[in-house]
Amino acid sequence: MTARGFAVMAMICCMMASETAAAERLILSLSHHRVLVTSSFTGTEVVLFGSIERDQAASLPRRSYDVLVTVTGPRESERTRRKERVLGIWVNVESRTFVNVPNYLAAISNKPIDTIVNADLQRRLQIGLANTVLPQKTGPVVTDAPQEDPFRMAFLRLKKEHGLYIERDNGVTFFTPTLFRADIPLPSNVPFGLYDVDVKLFADGAVIAGSTSALEIIKVGFEQFVADAARDYGLLYGLVTAMLALLTGWFASVVFRRD
Amino acid sequence: MQIYLPIADLPVNVFLILAMGLAVGFISGMFGIGGGFLMTPLLIFIGVTPGVAVASVASHIAASSCSGAISYWRRKAIDLSLALMLLAGGVIGTAAGVWLFTTLRALDQLDLMIALSYLTLLSIVGALMVSESVRSIVRARAGKPVVLRRSGSHIWFHGLPFKFRFKRSMIYVSAIPVWVIGFLMGFIGAIMGIGGGFLLVPMLIYLLRVPTATVIGTSMVLTMVTMASATVMHSVTNHLVDVVLALILMVGGVIGAQFGARAGQKLTGEWLRLLLGLLVLMVGLRFAFQLALHPDDLYSLRIVEGTP
Repeated sequence: MTARGFAVMAMICCMMASETAAAERLILSLSHHRVLVTSSFTGTEVVLFGSIERDQAASLPRRSYDVLVTVTGPRESERTRRKERVLGIWVNVESRTFVNVPNYLAAISNKPIDTIVNADLQRRLQIGLANTVLPQKTGPVVTDAPQEDPFRMAFLRLKKEHGLYIERDNGVTFFTPTLFRADIPLPSNVPFGLYDVDVKLFADGAVIAGSTSALEIIKVGFEQFVADAARDYGLLYGLVTAMLALLTGWFASVVFRRD
Repeated sequence: MQIYLPIADLPVNVFLILAMGLAVGFISGMFGIGGGFLMTPLLIFIGVTPGVAVASVASHIAASSCSGAISYWRRKAIDLSLALMLLAGGVIGTAAGVWLFTTLRALDQLDLMIALSYLTLLSIVGALMVSESVRSIVRARAGKPVVLRRSGSHIWFHGLPFKFRFKRSMIYVSAIPVWVIGFLMGFIGAIMGIGGGFLLVPMLIYLLRVPTATVIGTSMVLTMVTMASATVMHSVTNHLVDVVLALILMVGGVIGAQFGARAGQKLTGEWLRLLLGLLVLMVGLRFAFQLALHPDDLYSLRIVEGTP
């Protein structure tokens, strides 16, 4: 594409954006921007409230809206391993490393995604778990495998089983045609870090507005202290644990002394 | 009451872990063993990854063998020079075990190695213990006197050089088999998360002719030091020791052991060995099934540390 062509495209895009921005606007509010994970944490839900502001000047036709909320957790690399039978026992043989994939991913909408947008747009916008790019490392190459790739399917399935990849097509509730709430479930094993909350507003099968927010999940208190110590001060941590063990043993021998 | 285990990354019920500590402690007190061979599999079965289980149980065994060692020390039932000689091999063995543990973990084969080691070791040892104790029970029933071991019998390695006299045990043996036994115990302990008392005691009795008066106390000193050093080494290399998990297990373990010891005094030696043998065999078979049966899920996930 020539530089001129690119400029024209950019202009059209800007115009389209400003046009849609003038029509509908999304205003978001999260019930919590920070979730503190303590020792008694057994999972929670963060509630997202959204309001669709309609430009009064532009006399818009009344239309029904659909909402898709995508929450993306911190990225990590994960290995999916497959067992095979070798000499009568089951052994991990093949494995694939998924590079920089979200450790947590939730796609929450008010109705099944297939009824909101067509499959083509879903793919282009990477909507839903099935369309998320999951780059795999096989040898030196990093590529996204097709949807029916067994390792990719196993990865998605296991993440869903662990409660870390979530697809809910009834997680968004409309109070009024322009006011909605979405429940973002956070399981007890929720990974720590920054989460991006991306909200897309659809009407008649097309994206008409979008907005983003963020939330942070922090491990606090004793657990965080222990996890940090184990990672950063391995030697000291080990020595303290070993001393604790010997002290416990000594203490028991004193308490239960029978002679 | 749920608590979150910081290293195992798992919410667990405190009372479940405490009960496991008590139960294993009871058994260990009853048989005079560390109980690692029961505790590590139990933790794996409730969902703790084998790596964290092995590394955390090491400190649990250090605690229980420490309290045991202290009470044997009071009764002067420890041969300190023999314990030190065993430790010379034991600490090197532990380091070698931790190194192999780290290497296998990087290759994704750690879980398999742990399961295979449990299967082989426990099935063989369990079968030997069961057959030996059944034979002596049958013999006792028939009214025949128990065959005492021939005190003069000689094994080839008794002729090796570097002979040492261990006064308290009243034995005169080469240091080489002592080092080898120490090395083996440290190595196995670091990989499998067991103190290895159920292996070490027979080895000391049958191979080195250590008298029963000093054998358990001495083996507890070895277990205590190798497991404490395994805790430190696992913390430095793999960061897999969960201190919260270990602490709950320790508390349950040392309390359970007191009650177990009392229960154990009511049983005779042969019946104790038979029960222990059956227990060891059962854990071994449990691993055999796990390896041989079609797994529920062929796939498993693991977070790769560091950016690739």
